Amino acid sequence: MKYIWSAIMLISIVCAIYNGKVADIPLSLARGSQNAITAVLSFAGIMCFWCGIMRIIEKSGFIKVIKKLTSPVISLIFDNAPDTAREQIAMNMSANLLGMGNAATPAGIKAMHELDKVNPNPKTPSRDMCMLMVLNTTAPTIIPVSVMAYRAAAGGNPTSVILPIWISAFSSVIVAIICVKLFIRRDL
Amino acid sequence: MNYIIPVFVFISIFVALIKNRDVYSDFIDGAENGFEILKSIIAPIIAISVAVEMLKASGAMDMLFSAVYPLCNAIGFPKEVIPMVIVRPLSGSGSVGVLTSILNTYGADSRAGILASVINGSTETTFYCLCVYFSMTRVKNNLKALPCAIIGDITGIIMATIMVNLLKF
Repeated sequence: MKYIWSAIMLISIVCAIYNGKVADIPLSLARGSQNAITAVLSFAGIMCFWCGIMRIIEKSGFIKVIKKLTSPVISLIFDNAPDTAREQIAMNMSANLLGMGNAATPAGIKAMHELDKVNPNPKTPSRDMCMLMVLNTTAPTIIPVSVMAYRAAAGGNPTSVILPIWISAFSSVIVAIICVKLFIRRDL
Repeated sequence: MNYIIPVFVFISIFVALIKNRDVYSDFIDGAENGFEILKSIIAPIIAISVAVEMLKASGAMDMLFSAVYPLCNAIGFPKEVIPMVIVRPLSGSGSVGVLTSILNTYGADSRAGILASVINGSTETTFYCLCVYFSMTRVKNNLKALPCAIIGDITGIIMATIMVNLLKF
């Protein structure tokens, strides 16, 4: 991340000088930071709400049911996720599938935190952590609610894109899983 | 599909009551923990959001677009959708902006509109996820996961293009 972020920042400044847009840079710094805070504030409430609901699910033991249901898939794609991580992964995956992104993010972060605890080499992510990562960067959804809403708002047919979205999302998640299994070495 | 969230919340609370849990204090406890998570993701989000704004303001984004135009022409990828491919991995709100502008400019049921919708629906904000998900870990160098994630994204984009061409929009 250190290289990507530095590269974006440095290249941008050089490009700004080249394009004669240096004056816009301070403004864009302010706007970017402000956008970030606006975005965080806009989902802060609902994210805390889902964290509350998820704690209820954990304490009542209902999470064990969700874990059991997803267990075959999790065992298949993860190497050795401990039980605490499995619960969060189960929540993260089901929330993603059901299109509850604001619930998926905190569960995913907690799952990553749990996987990090058993990471033998903490400087770099373990294969399980990479796996959780690609599951979230490809994140297949059963009903792509937001895209459908934007299409409806623009006067288009909202449902016509569901099938192509399924096919491309599921092929991308499968390819990504295979890539992690093939190219990233299993941790001991 | 309107039922998913209400039913989910209903079952969560109902099961907890049956198990005789103090549902309210569990909720408060969890929501408080949500704040800890928010605290740890604010800084990464600022970093990526500033980077995206810098790319836009400096003209680097436009230079990137014009660099990939010839390539996209060669493989028959509609050039209207290129901003979607470039912005999508970086920023969720940015890609929504791109999507709505494509939908409004070319029409939601045009080929560009459909392709942009499929790409938006089937891929995720990869770089943003990368920053946010590792925010509570000890990991310093998370680039290991990036190539696989990008291959996944490219697969999604290629499949989206194939699907849209196959379905003859």
